[in-house]
Amino acid sequence: MSTFYFIAFLSIFFSLLVIFAKNPVHSVLYLILTFFTFTIHYILLNAQFLAVVNFIVYMGAIMVLFLFVMMLLNLNKETEPGKHYLAKLAGVIAGGCLLVTLVGSLKAYKLSAPVILHDPNLGLVKNLGKVLFSEFLLPFEISSVLLLSAMVGAVLLAKKEPRATA
Amino acid sequence: MGNNITQTIQTVPLNHYILLSAIIFSIGVVGVLIRRNAIVVFMSVELMLNAVNLLLTAFSVYKGDASGQVFVFFVMALAAAEVAVGLAIIVMIYRNTHSTDINVLSRLKW
Repeated sequence: MSTFYFIAFLSIFFSLLVIFAKNPVHSVLYLILTFFTFTIHYILLNAQFLAVVNFIVYMGAIMVLFLFVMMLLNLNKETEPGKHYLAKLAGVIAGGCLLVTLVGSLKAYKLSAPVILHDPNLGLVKNLGKVLFSEFLLPFEISSVLLLSAMVGAVLLAKKEPRATA
Repeated sequence: MGNNITQTIQTVPLNHYILLSAIIFSIGVVGVLIRRNAIVVFMSVELMLNAVNLLLTAFSVYKGDASGQVFVFFVMALAAAEVAVGLAIIVMIYRNTHSTDINVLSRLKW
Protein backbone atom coordinates (compact mmCIF):
# COMPACT_ATOMS: atom_id res chain seq x y z
CA MET A 1 0.00 0.00 0.00
CA SER A 2 2.78 2.42 0.89
CA THR A 3 4.45 1.55 -2.42
CA PHE A 4 1.53 3.16 -4.23
CA TYR A 5 1.81 6.40 -2.24
CA PHE A 6 5.57 6.60 -2.73
CA ILE A 7 5.25 6.08 -6.50
CA ALA A 8 2.33 8.53 -6.66
CA PHE A 9 4.46 11.14 -4.91
CA LEU A 10 7.27 10.54 -7.41
CA SER A 11 4.81 10.88 -10.34
CA ILE A 12 3.56 14.25 -9.11
CA PHE A 13 7.07 15.46 -8.27
CA PHE A 14 8.53 14.58 -11.69
CA SER A 15 5.54 15.94 -13.61
CA LEU A 16 5.92 19.25 -11.73
CA LEU A 17 9.58 19.28 -12.74
CA VAL A 18 8.55 18.67 -16.38
CA ILE A 19 6.59 21.91 -16.61
CA PHE A 20 8.90 24.04 -14.43
CA ALA A 21 12.31 23.00 -15.84
CA LYS A 22 13.92 25.86 -17.75
CA ASN A 23 15.86 23.71 -20.22
CA PRO A 24 13.57 21.76 -22.63
CA VAL A 25 15.98 18.79 -22.71
CA HIS A 26 15.66 18.49 -18.91
CA SER A 27 11.88 18.55 -19.40
CA VAL A 28 12.11 15.56 -21.73
CA LEU A 29 14.30 13.64 -19.30
CA TYR A 30 11.92 14.32 -16.39
CA LEU A 31 9.03 13.25 -18.63
CA ILE A 32 10.79 9.91 -19.20
CA LEU A 33 11.04 9.47 -15.41
CA THR A 34 7.32 10.34 -15.07
CA PHE A 35 6.43 7.68 -17.64
CA PHE A 36 8.58 5.19 -15.75
CA THR A 37 6.56 5.81 -12.59
CA PHE A 38 3.39 5.27 -14.65
CA THR A 39 4.80 1.92 -15.77
CA ILE A 40 5.25 0.98 -12.11
CA HIS A 41 1.61 1.98 -11.46
CA TYR A 42 0.50 -0.37 -14.23
CA ILE A 43 2.57 -3.21 -12.75
CA LEU A 44 1.00 -2.57 -9.32
CA LEU A 45 -2.43 -2.85 -10.98
CA ASN A 46 -1.25 -6.12 -12.61
CA ALA A 47 -1.87 -4.65 -16.09
CA GLN A 48 1.23 -6.34 -17.45
CA PHE A 49 0.49 -5.81 -21.14
CA LEU A 50 -0.04 -2.08 -20.64
CA ALA A 51 3.12 -1.82 -18.54
CA VAL A 52 5.18 -3.36 -21.34
CA VAL A 53 3.50 -1.24 -24.05
CA ASN A 54 3.92 1.92 -21.96
CA PHE A 55 7.58 1.10 -21.47
CA ILE A 56 8.27 0.40 -25.15
CA VAL A 57 6.00 2.90 -26.91
CA TYR A 58 6.12 5.89 -24.55
CA MET A 59 9.55 5.65 -22.98
CA GLY A 60 11.13 4.23 -26.12
CA ALA A 61 9.54 5.53 -29.28
CA ILE A 62 7.79 8.78 -28.32
CA MET A 63 10.54 10.06 -26.04
CA VAL A 64 13.24 9.30 -28.62
CA LEU A 65 11.17 11.27 -31.14
CA PHE A 66 10.98 14.24 -28.74
CA LEU A 67 14.71 14.15 -27.98
CA PHE A 68 15.55 13.73 -31.66
CA VAL A 69 13.51 16.78 -32.70
CA MET A 70 14.98 18.81 -29.86
CA MET A 71 18.54 17.94 -30.83
CA LEU A 72 17.74 18.47 -34.52
CA LEU A 73 16.42 21.97 -33.88
CA ASN A 74 19.31 22.69 -31.47
CA LEU A 75 16.96 23.79 -28.71
CA ASN A 76 19.08 22.52 -25.83
CA LYS A 77 19.73 25.99 -24.49
CA GLU A 78 17.51 28.24 -22.43
CA THR A 79 16.25 30.50 -25.17
CA GLU A 80 12.65 30.61 -24.03
CA PRO A 81 11.84 34.25 -23.19
CA GLY A 82 9.15 33.27 -20.73
CA LYS A 83 5.64 34.57 -20.56
CA HIS A 84 4.67 37.66 -18.69
CA TYR A 85 4.48 37.22 -14.93
CA LEU A 86 0.74 37.92 -14.84
CA ALA A 87 0.03 35.41 -17.63
CA LYS A 88 1.89 32.70 -15.68
CA LEU A 89 0.00 33.55 -12.50
CA ALA A 90 -3.31 33.40 -14.38
CA GLY A 91 -2.36 30.00 -15.82
CA VAL A 92 -1.49 28.56 -12.41
CA ILE A 93 -4.69 29.94 -10.89
CA ALA A 94 -6.79 28.50 -13.75
CA GLY A 95 -5.17 25.07 -13.33
CA GLY A 96 -5.70 25.27 -9.56
CA CYS A 97 -9.37 26.07 -10.07
CA LEU A 98 -9.72 23.03 -12.34
CA LEU A 99 -8.09 20.84 -9.70
CA VAL A 100 -10.32 22.24 -6.95
CA THR A 101 -13.40 21.58 -9.11
CA LEU A 102 -12.37 17.99 -9.82
CA VAL A 103 -11.52 17.26 -6.17
CA GLY A 104 -14.74 18.93 -5.01
CA SER A 105 -16.88 16.82 -7.30
CA LEU A 106 -14.96 13.75 -6.11
CA LYS A 107 -15.72 14.66 -2.48
CA ALA A 108 -19.42 15.10 -3.29
CA TYR A 109 -19.57 11.64 -4.86
CA LYS A 110 -18.62 9.36 -2.00
CA LEU A 111 -16.74 6.48 -3.56
CA SER A 112 -13.96 5.00 -1.52
CA ALA A 113 -14.13 1.25 -2.07
CA PRO A 114 -10.66 -0.27 -2.37
CA VAL A 115 -9.41 -1.36 -5.78
CA ILE A 116 -9.42 -5.15 -5.62
CA LEU A 117 -8.24 -7.33 -8.47
CA HIS A 118 -10.83 -10.11 -8.63
CA ASP A 119 -9.39 -11.83 -11.69
CA PRO A 120 -5.57 -12.00 -11.72
CA ASN A 121 -5.61 -12.76 -15.48
CA LEU A 122 -7.36 -9.50 -16.32
CA GLY A 123 -4.40 -7.52 -17.65
CA LEU A 124 -2.51 -10.37 -19.30
CA VAL A 125 -1.86 -10.48 -23.04
CA LYS A 126 -4.00 -13.59 -23.53
CA ASN A 127 -7.11 -12.07 -22.00
CA LEU A 128 -6.68 -8.64 -23.61
CA GLY A 129 -6.01 -10.18 -27.01
CA LYS A 130 -9.27 -12.11 -26.85
CA VAL A 131 -11.21 -8.91 -26.12
CA LEU A 132 -9.27 -6.86 -28.67
CA PHE A 133 -9.76 -9.27 -31.57
CA SER A 134 -13.40 -10.11 -30.92
CA GLU A 135 -15.21 -7.10 -29.47
CA PHE A 136 -12.90 -4.36 -30.72
CA LEU A 137 -11.84 -5.77 -34.08
CA LEU A 138 -13.23 -2.90 -36.18
CA PRO A 139 -11.64 -0.10 -34.07
CA PHE A 140 -8.37 -2.04 -34.18
CA GLU A 141 -8.41 -2.11 -37.99
CA ILE A 142 -9.39 1.57 -38.13
CA SER A 143 -6.48 2.48 -35.86
CA SER A 144 -4.15 0.86 -38.38
CA VAL A 145 -5.55 3.23 -41.03
CA LEU A 146 -5.03 6.11 -38.58
CA LEU A 147 -1.38 5.17 -38.08
CA LEU A 148 -0.85 4.87 -41.85
CA SER A 149 -2.36 8.29 -42.51
CA ALA A 150 -0.33 9.81 -39.65
CA MET A 151 2.83 8.37 -41.19
CA VAL A 152 2.00 9.77 -44.64
CA GLY A 153 1.10 13.14 -43.09
CA ALA A 154 4.33 13.34 -41.07
CA VAL A 155 6.47 12.56 -44.12
CA LEU A 156 4.61 15.09 -46.27
CA LEU A 157 4.82 17.83 -43.62
CA ALA A 158 8.49 17.38 -42.79
CA LYS A 159 9.55 17.17 -46.46
CA LYS A 160 11.33 20.25 -47.76
CA GLU A 161 9.11 22.28 -50.08
CA PRO A 162 10.48 22.78 -53.58
CA ARG A 163 11.69 26.35 -54.01
CA ALA A 164 10.34 26.62 -57.58
CA THR A 165 6.71 26.79 -56.48
CA ALA A 166 7.34 29.27 -53.66
CA MET B 1 5.04 -13.45 -7.26
CA GLY B 2 1.94 -12.20 -9.06
CA ASN B 3 -0.11 -12.65 -5.93
CA ASN B 4 2.34 -10.60 -3.87
CA ILE B 5 2.16 -7.69 -6.30
CA THR B 6 -1.61 -7.67 -6.52
CA GLN B 7 -2.01 -7.82 -2.77
CA THR B 8 -0.14 -4.56 -2.37
CA ILE B 9 -2.90 -2.63 -4.13
CA GLN B 10 -5.79 -4.23 -2.29
CA THR B 11 -5.99 -1.48 0.28
CA VAL B 12 -5.65 1.54 -2.01
CA PRO B 13 -9.05 3.23 -2.33
CA LEU B 14 -10.30 4.11 -5.80
CA ASN B 15 -10.53 7.73 -4.59
CA HIS B 16 -6.79 8.02 -4.41
CA TYR B 17 -6.34 6.88 -8.00
CA ILE B 18 -8.88 9.52 -9.11
CA LEU B 19 -7.09 12.12 -7.00
CA LEU B 20 -3.68 11.26 -8.46
CA SER B 21 -5.01 11.41 -12.02
CA ALA B 22 -6.77 14.73 -11.35
CA ILE B 23 -3.56 16.25 -9.95
CA ILE B 24 -1.44 15.12 -12.90
CA PHE B 25 -4.10 16.23 -15.41
CA SER B 26 -4.16 19.67 -13.77
CA ILE B 27 -0.35 19.85 -13.90
CA GLY B 28 -0.62 19.16 -17.64
CA VAL B 29 -3.21 21.94 -18.05
CA VAL B 30 -0.97 24.39 -16.15
CA GLY B 31 1.96 23.38 -18.36
CA VAL B 32 -0.03 24.12 -21.52
CA LEU B 33 -1.04 27.51 -20.10
CA ILE B 34 2.29 28.81 -18.79
CA ARG B 35 4.92 27.56 -21.26
CA ARG B 36 5.72 29.17 -24.61
CA ASN B 37 7.94 26.48 -26.13
CA ALA B 38 5.72 24.43 -28.45
CA ILE B 39 7.55 21.17 -27.63
CA VAL B 40 7.04 21.61 -23.88
CA VAL B 41 3.35 22.31 -24.56
CA PHE B 42 3.25 19.01 -26.42
CA MET B 43 4.83 17.21 -23.48
CA SER B 44 2.16 18.66 -21.17
CA VAL B 45 -0.50 17.22 -23.47
CA GLU B 46 1.24 13.85 -23.14
CA LEU B 47 1.04 14.20 -19.35
CA MET B 48 -2.73 14.73 -19.61
CA LEU B 49 -3.14 11.69 -21.87
CA ASN B 50 -1.17 9.56 -19.41
CA ALA B 51 -3.26 10.70 -16.44
CA VAL B 52 -6.39 9.57 -18.28
CA ASN B 53 -4.71 6.26 -19.20
CA LEU B 54 -3.92 5.54 -15.56
CA LEU B 55 -7.48 6.35 -14.49
CA LEU B 56 -8.94 4.09 -17.21
CA THR B 57 -6.70 1.24 -16.05
CA ALA B 58 -7.67 1.75 -12.40
CA PHE B 59 -11.38 1.71 -13.28
CA SER B 60 -10.84 -1.36 -15.45
CA VAL B 61 -9.29 -3.26 -12.55
CA TYR B 62 -11.94 -1.93 -10.14
CA LYS B 63 -14.77 -3.15 -12.37
CA GLY B 64 -12.99 -6.32 -13.50
CA ASP B 65 -13.66 -5.41 -17.14
CA ALA B 66 -10.89 -5.71 -19.73
CA SER B 67 -12.45 -3.12 -22.08
CA GLY B 68 -10.84 -0.25 -20.17
CA GLN B 69 -7.36 -1.57 -20.83
CA VAL B 70 -8.18 -2.03 -24.52
CA PHE B 71 -9.21 1.65 -24.60
CA VAL B 72 -5.84 2.57 -23.08
CA PHE B 73 -4.19 0.62 -25.90
CA PHE B 74 -6.14 2.69 -28.47
CA VAL B 75 -5.24 5.93 -26.68
CA MET B 76 -1.57 4.97 -26.90
CA ALA B 77 -1.85 4.31 -30.66
CA LEU B 78 -3.57 7.68 -31.06
CA ALA B 79 -0.87 9.43 -28.99
CA ALA B 80 1.84 7.95 -31.20
CA ALA B 81 0.12 9.23 -34.36
CA GLU B 82 -0.49 12.63 -32.76
CA VAL B 83 3.14 13.04 -31.70
CA ALA B 84 4.44 12.09 -35.15
CA VAL B 85 2.24 14.64 -36.96
CA GLY B 86 2.68 17.32 -34.29
CA LEU B 87 6.45 17.14 -34.26
CA ALA B 88 6.47 17.28 -38.07
CA ILE B 89 4.41 20.48 -37.86
CA ILE B 90 6.83 21.90 -35.26
CA VAL B 91 9.80 21.11 -37.51
CA MET B 92 8.06 22.90 -40.39
CA ILE B 93 7.28 25.95 -38.22
CA TYR B 94 10.90 26.04 -37.06
CA ARG B 95 12.06 25.94 -40.67
CA ASN B 96 9.89 28.97 -41.50
CA THR B 97 10.31 31.11 -38.38
CA HIS B 98 13.53 29.78 -36.72
CA SER B 99 11.81 29.49 -33.36
CA THR B 100 9.36 27.20 -31.56
CA ASP B 101 7.77 30.05 -29.62
CA ILE B 102 3.99 29.71 -29.87
CA ASN B 103 3.56 33.51 -29.79
CA VAL B 104 5.01 33.64 -33.31
CA LEU B 105 1.95 31.69 -34.42
CA SER B 106 -0.48 34.45 -33.43
CA ARG B 107 -0.36 35.52 -37.07
CA LEU B 108 -2.10 32.32 -38.06
CA LYS B 109 -5.52 33.94 -37.84
CA TRP B 110 -5.40 34.92 -41.51
